[in-house]
Amino acid sequence: MEKQKYLDDLKDIKDIMERSSRFISLSGLSGISAGIFALIAAYLAYKTIYTNQDYLTYQRAILTTETITTLLLIALITLIFSIGAGIFFTTKKARKDKQKLWDNQSRRLLINLSIPLITGGILCLILLFKGYIGLVAPLTLVFYGLALINASKYTLSEIRSLGLIEISLGLLATHFIGFGLIFWFVGFGILHIIYGIVMQRRYGS
Amino acid sequence: MKDLLNDLNKAFENKTRLGIMSALVVNDYVDFNNLKLLLGATDGNLASHLKSLEKRGYIMVKKEFLDKKPKTKYFATKKGKDAFTKHIRAIEKLIK
Repeated sequence: MEKQKYLDDLKDIKDIMERSSRFISLSGLSGISAGIFALIAAYLAYKTIYTNQDYLTYQRAILTTETITTLLLIALITLIFSIGAGIFFTTKKARKDKQKLWDNQSRRLLINLSIPLITGGILCLILLFKGYIGLVAPLTLVFYGLALINASKYTLSEIRSLGLIEISLGLLATHFIGFGLIFWFVGFGILHIIYGIVMQRRYGS
Repeated sequence: MKDLLNDLNKAFENKTRLGIMSALVVNDYVDFNNLKLLLGATDGNLASHLKSLEKRGYIMVKKEFLDKKPKTKYFATKKGKDAFTKHIRAIEKLIK
């Protein structure tokens, strides 16, 4: 009897310690802006890959060294813009919440987000140069989802469900491989915007 | 066994007070609203437990104004941290 009560106490203590030390100043606006950049990027990538083809049918990607360079450039610029906007809005929110931007919570968050993300990034670059272009869009979704789930322990719990949806989209995209860019459009663009709006409403800016 | 029971702190027998201390020892400070969110306690309940911990010298209070809205921050004192650590040690030994 007594023992159970103390076991429960210990569980509560651990739970509260964890929950109170999460990074909660994640801004919904950074999700929305990342989503918008992703939509633009997906559109530009679409234009680059599928020139002179019918819209929304099963298509063959036409790839040359030149288009790969363009794609990488689009990806890099999108990444820089998204991270930049993310840092900008999160700094603003952290200042408003009087939370430190760079503390143990945000450090743990970033490290745990980065491990699956960088793994996936390197894998996709290798695949891209080996010519397996079709796998890149699905795999970026899968690894991004895994990264989110890994990081969700250190931030708002909604991130976990976003991660699960991204993984599901990635797996679906692996099956319907010709529509990779459309899944990418939904996963990185539309989902980010929806989640951004939800977070914005729930936690403010 | 008797010594162990002496180490258990009456102040931390209540769930809310135990929760307050758990949050404060792992953070520099936690404000009232975040504590409320974290523990799912009502304003009155939380305030009375905070008061009792403050009276024992386990926590410190600092009031600030942010955009004309009051914001109350709570810190764990050295005394509070020590008492809490001792309490957890006693629990761990009791379970073994």
